[in-house]
Amino acid sequence: MNTAIRRLSVLIAALFGALLVASTVIQFAQAGSMRGMAANKRTLLDNYAQERGSILVAGQPIAQSVEVDDQYRWLRTYPDGRLYSQITGFYAYSVGNPFGLEDAADDLLSGKADRLFVRRVTDLLTGRETAGATIELTIDPKVQQAASDALGKNRGAVVALDPRTGAILAMVSHPQYDPNPLSSHDLDKAASAWKKLSTDRSKPFTNRAISGDLYPPGSTFKVVTAAAALEQGIVDDESSMVPGPAELDLPLTDQPLPNETRQPCGPDDRTTLLHALEISCNTAFGSLGLELGGEQLRAQAAKFGFGDSIQIPMRVSPSTMPAEMNQPQAAQSAIGQYEVRTTPLQMAMIAAGIANQGRVMTPYLIQSVRTADLDVIDGPPDPKELSQAVSTRTADILKRMMVSVVDNGSGRRAQIPGVAVGGKTGTAQHDLEKSPHAWFISFAPADDARVAVAVVVEESGVSGDEVGGAAVAAPIAKAVMEAVIGR
Amino acid sequence: MTTTVEPVTPRTRRGVELVLLIVAIAIVLLAWVTVDLNRNGTVPAEIIPVAGGLVVLAGVVHVVLRWKAPYADPVLLPITTALNGLGLVMIHRLDLAAGRLGADGNANQQIIWTALAVALTVAAIWTLRDHRLLRRYTFISLAVGFILLILPLVPGLGREVNGSRIWIAVGPFSFQPGEFAKIALAVFFAGYLVQTRDVLSLAGKRVLGFTFPRGRDLGPILVAWVLALLILVFEKDLGSALLFFGLFVAMLYVATERVSWIAIGLLLFGAAVAFALSAFAHFQKRVDLWLDPFSTENLERSNQLANGLWGMAAGGLTGTGLGAGRPWLTPFAESDYIFASLAEELGLIGSVGILMLYLLFVERGVRTALGVRDGFGKLLAIGLTFSVAFQLFIVIGGVTRLIPLTGLTTPFLSLGGSSLLANWIIMSLLLRISDQARRPVPELPLGVGADPAAAETTQVVRL
Repeated sequence: MNTAIRRLSVLIAALFGALLVASTVIQFAQAGSMRGMAANKRTLLDNYAQERGSILVAGQPIAQSVEVDDQYRWLRTYPDGRLYSQITGFYAYSVGNPFGLEDAADDLLSGKADRLFVRRVTDLLTGRETAGATIELTIDPKVQQAASDALGKNRGAVVALDPRTGAILAMVSHPQYDPNPLSSHDLDKAASAWKKLSTDRSKPFTNRAISGDLYPPGSTFKVVTAAAALEQGIVDDESSMVPGPAELDLPLTDQPLPNETRQPCGPDDRTTLLHALEISCNTAFGSLGLELGGEQLRAQAAKFGFGDSIQIPMRVSPSTMPAEMNQPQAAQSAIGQYEVRTTPLQMAMIAAGIANQGRVMTPYLIQSVRTADLDVIDGPPDPKELSQAVSTRTADILKRMMVSVVDNGSGRRAQIPGVAVGGKTGTAQHDLEKSPHAWFISFAPADDARVAVAVVVEESGVSGDEVGGAAVAAPIAKAVMEAVIGR
Repeated sequence: MTTTVEPVTPRTRRGVELVLLIVAIAIVLLAWVTVDLNRNGTVPAEIIPVAGGLVVLAGVVHVVLRWKAPYADPVLLPITTALNGLGLVMIHRLDLAAGRLGADGNANQQIIWTALAVALTVAAIWTLRDHRLLRRYTFISLAVGFILLILPLVPGLGREVNGSRIWIAVGPFSFQPGEFAKIALAVFFAGYLVQTRDVLSLAGKRVLGFTFPRGRDLGPILVAWVLALLILVFEKDLGSALLFFGLFVAMLYVATERVSWIAIGLLLFGAAVAFALSAFAHFQKRVDLWLDPFSTENLERSNQLANGLWGMAAGGLTGTGLGAGRPWLTPFAESDYIFASLAEELGLIGSVGILMLYLLFVERGVRTALGVRDGFGKLLAIGLTFSVAFQLFIVIGGVTRLIPLTGLTTPFLSLGGSSLLANWIIMSLLLRISDQARRPVPELPLGVGADPAAAETTQVVRL
């Protein structure tokens, strides 16, 4: 029997060998990938167990981790939750941190970013508990509050930029939500908050300023058409005459492009470029679109940032313009219709570029990165130029034209006494059954712009009435600009 | 440390056992203190009674061995003490996490069971002077084993837990009779096979180089197979079925040295598993979970397998430290999943260490089987040893995703009285047989020679 016992003991040894190999595979070879699995609660709890960095606005936290006496140790709280909801996102036990800076700046907030490596090593050596980095934002709380107040109960978004640097001064998206219940350690409460948020048809979790379904820019895009026409030499300056009939005949189709007023824009169906912008003359810009063609419009839009993947650090949905447009499509695109789609941030970048001698600055939200005890790790970033969208001369002409829009044209409601304000209204048709979106883009003061703003208010415009749409959006932009200039 | 039996002046090695016992108890106490230091930052007051209890329990067995079985293997008791103690530490640690303190704790219960197990061990070593006495109870063992196996099916007595009907409840006590059936059946198989091995191994036809048994000799394996099938169908316990059938086939192979038995056994068991898979959703689900434990829908159904793997992964190479991990996230962290719990907090180093302790235990068992002179003793020793090794493979293989997960306890570590008692009895039987194996050949001419068959005629050895 001993032979059989010895053979059986070889089998037993093989079974043990298999167990040893399996343990080694799990605990050594695959340990890293298993720790990285999204559903792994242990990894999530590890993240909870570590102090996550704060997000600061003007020195005050808008997101911070508070030590509590439960198994998760740190509770994420958002002191002014609703106002900053789309900027911060939230940090929930059940669904993680899918939105906002909690997602996009996670490597900094959790302390895992490469640039925090030296810090982690010193923490290890000194035995200090590693905490995430604190990030300070470019947001000005007064401007943010003014933008949110002005937008009121409307759905829509507001973005304010510093044209000289690209720093984002305000970024508001309505409707807002309260991130606090989502981050609650009362998991039932958190789950019902998430259920409510995720099924809300108005999608409050989307940051309408940079993402979501994107908006047609409507007449605000005429600024881009004017820029292309000036750059290509189709017109000389603001006093150049352009066609302005009541209806523009388009090739390849029976459908003409009409003015909303059904009137010609000037005597003999002609008008100056300046007047065309002041009254937002569709036929004038439609005909410029025909002359430029789709590709040149597209190229000019790209210079302002269309099609770029920008991270602020949240991912900004690239604005789009279709390629290979035919003539009628080019004419429609020239007035911001057809399939042109954009974000409020992109439109604010256009206004900012014009105000900043044609230089579009790369927008950013993070002013500085600090340790938990506020030692600076990364100071204010050097402003980076995204592109020279138009020449200084073209920028000056556009600037004068936009100031005139506010002084004499459709943008009167954005006037600020004693300050030269440049702007452009827009009414964007998106669905024939619904009211159009109202737009306004602007900058102030015109000679040395400190703020550029884009406002979109969903479904608040009046069809066929440019001024009616502007009546809603322009005062919001005005309130935001005043908040910057008046400080 | 050499353990070869020296024919001239065999040594009892009880001193070695004492040293190893001290080491084992020291490791357990260190682990216990580490848990409390990591959880509460204090050395627990209960460490004194725990230490005292361990010393008394292990000491009693040690003293009884010196007296009643001086030549018993010196390594088995220290390993058992270490494993039992580490299990206790993890159970205590999970008590702390769940806020079960003092007398309410599972650890308290497990300590009482350990004391009972030690009492039973002492009684077994004391009363069973020679393992060959058990041969008298061959067919009684069969009856006992069979009754124990079907007890959970008795209405009003059996309890279905997590889809398997392997528990019985009497008043406040619940019990897994299958653990004891394992021992009874090992005794029966050993007694039966030692009688019939000649017929089973010699008669038969040669086909394709294999000698296949005659049809009428297939009786026993078919009975065992039907028994396993019954467990499978009525108790829905794949693990126990696999264990019993594997045990029988392994002992059959050792008794006959015929590979064809293994082939027949594998075929029969394969057929049973195929049948179970097609007939019961319960098994299909387990195989499904085994193939893809991380898919969203499988995680919703049961996250146990995934959580156990994540726990072991969280431990990594060196572990989180005792008391510093999160083993409670895995369901049944203190019973079926206690290996994963220990692996999480002790790391790969710890899990390899625990596997090595078991391997050493099994190696001592194999050595005992090789060393003992009578056929019954050989079969019983290898059967008991194999049952421990195979049970370990089934449960830890399930936890580490080598094979589909089936619910079995981890010998000595798991929370649960039946498992603890049964495994201590297995250890005491192995101690008794090893005492016989390592004892010097008596001078009385008892006909004990090199031929193991001759030894079987010996009824009682008096010394």
